[in-house]
Amino acid sequence: MDRSGEKNLNPYDTHAIEAAMQIKEGGVAVDEIVAVTMGPESAVRALHKAVSLGADRSVHLTDPAVAGSDVAATGYALAQTLKRENPDLVLLGQQSDDGECYTIGAVVAEHLGAPSLTQVIKLDVEGETLVCERQAEYGYDTVEVGLPAVISVGDAINEPRYPSLKAIMGAKKKPLDTVATGDVDIDTSKVGADNSAAQWTAAKAPPQKAAGTIIEDEDTAETVEKIVAWLDERKLI
Amino acid sequence: MANILVYALHYEGAVNKNSLGAVSEAAKLAGELGGEAHAILIGDGAADVAGSLGAYGAKKVFVADAPAGLAGPAIDAMAGVLNGGDYKYVLFGGGLLGFEIGAGLAARLGAGVAMEVTAVTVQGGELVAERPILGDSSISEIKFRSDIGIIIGRLNAFEIKQSGGDAAVENVSVELSAQAGKATLRTRGEQRGADVDIEGADVLVAGGRGLGKAEGFDLCDQLAAAFGGNSAVAATRAVVDAGWYPYAAQIGQTGKTVAPKLYLAAGISGAIQHKVGMQSSENIVAINKDANAPIFEFSDLGIVGDLNKILPKLTEAIKAKKG
Ligand SMILES: Cc1cc2nc3c(=O)[nH]c(=O)nc-3n(C[C@H](O)[C@H](O)[C@H](O)COP(=O)(O)OP(=O)(O)OC[C@H]3O[C@@H](n4cnc5c(N)ncnc54)[C@H](O)[C@@H]3O)c2cc1C
Repeated sequence: MDRSGEKNLNPYDTHAIEAAMQIKEGGVAVDEIVAVTMGPESAVRALHKAVSLGADRSVHLTDPAVAGSDVAATGYALAQTLKRENPDLVLLGQQSDDGECYTIGAVVAEHLGAPSLTQVIKLDVEGETLVCERQAEYGYDTVEVGLPAVISVGDAINEPRYPSLKAIMGAKKKPLDTVATGDVDIDTSKVGADNSAAQWTAAKAPPQKAAGTIIEDEDTAETVEKIVAWLDERKLI
Repeated sequence: MANILVYALHYEGAVNKNSLGAVSEAAKLAGELGGEAHAILIGDGAADVAGSLGAYGAKKVFVADAPAGLAGPAIDAMAGVLNGGDYKYVLFGGGLLGFEIGAGLAARLGAGVAMEVTAVTVQGGELVAERPILGDSSISEIKFRSDIGIIIGRLNAFEIKQSGGDAAVENVSVELSAQAGKATLRTRGEQRGADVDIEGADVLVAGGRGLGKAEGFDLCDQLAAAFGGNSAVAATRAVVDAGWYPYAAQIGQTGKTVAPKLYLAAGISGAIQHKVGMQSSENIVAINKDANAPIFEFSDLGIVGDLNKILPKLTEAIKAKKG
């Protein structure tokens, strides 16, 4: 999938940065918060936003060799980049904002040999263990995860803060490390569009569903009359 | 031979409906490929339900003795079975665990993975997965270059079909990886909030974040009461996670699947994960102040406006109509 338009920080990822900030501000000893992304040159904008929200520094993996990677290859490339940072905790957002894909965390975790959990909406640090809550298929689960771990957070975990003007102005001064595949030991035969194991072919249009009726509410009494008539016609009242 | 392995989720003595759909689909596809569909169940109680999968077309069912409910042990168990057998594809029904296991397995095996798949076809002796993208406005086809291809279905994508038959049940032992041992369930399947029934309702008034606060649900309750009869109130994950409404009323990916005569959404954006749980409703009506909300793409009647203005008047009008 062509992600070249993806430049700004994915709104789901702001929840991950906020979660990191809350752990740090909550009294757990955190050495530093590092924002990591993979993408074209323009992805630095996402990193600027990330450090304006509180990350201490950032790492940008950018290399034509990784362009067009599928989920599995992207996860591998990110994991290689993360290895160099030797993190205690990797936090991700719940999904990308375009791809409806909520699986990258599981791929990264497997490459790091770390336990992982997605869609986490409550995260407490108890020593070397994380106590996580999330909604799974049968209700809410509470899971203990040992560090180091890879956690994807759901959007209900927190209300991300807005960066202050000062933080936005200062963002460009925080250290930004730009790396290519060779810097982080990425085997280029495993990444990029041509080496990805899932091969995306031409898109087609979905079967067309007849468009529904749309009412713009200007006069609510009239709108309601129309709704009632519509429901009545279909014997729904 | 090109066999297909299916992950089957089970809980409290029942196999998940999406897993039954995946087994049925795999049996059909394996038939076309000239192979067999096999399934794997993990954890306590797996042996009790294993044999039942034969009816959906599984020829063999593996019962893995490992903790259930988390991805790690399942990845270990499935990697073991796949390495020791003749498999070309792995299929998952729609579900949160399936996403995690499928993706982790892809990384372990160096395999390609396609997710949110709505249909699978056989082309030239290979499986091709159809995956809607960009808010379902387009469908991509995904093929695999790897020895094994992993396909994760969208919720309710695969039809449950009983083809009859018996499955051989085989126990497998699992050597847990270090990472799998580092995650443990403290509690599973906790129900938060009242136990409400939305699955049997003919009319569902569903509320989302657009209600603004927990009290906003009063507007939905009143409208549902005005419809009377077999009506109920439902919710999105956003408001359930916020504690505004009980989990039992949640529709979607990690909630219920419903198909009432009338589904009326108030302040719901229409995210894919919500849509998959209600798109089979007979009539879909949506009220949203944003004309570009995705829900209007699949509504039969869409009202662009403020629910705070519309819902109270609609409630009155329906009461008046019913007399
Ligand atoms: C793995 C996974 C599983 C998930 N499972 C589920 C699930 O089971 N069920 C589910 O629902 N979601 C699920 N989600 C979440 C889903 O992606 C959405 O985030 C969620 O459905 C959004 O809920 P919402 O529509 O209430 O909120 P929002 O998306 O915030 O939408 C609120 C809407 O209200 C409108 N609005 C605001 N004020 C007004 C007003 N005054 N009048 C009218 N309209 C107004 C806005 O325009 C907006 O469209 C899941 C996500 C993931 C990643």
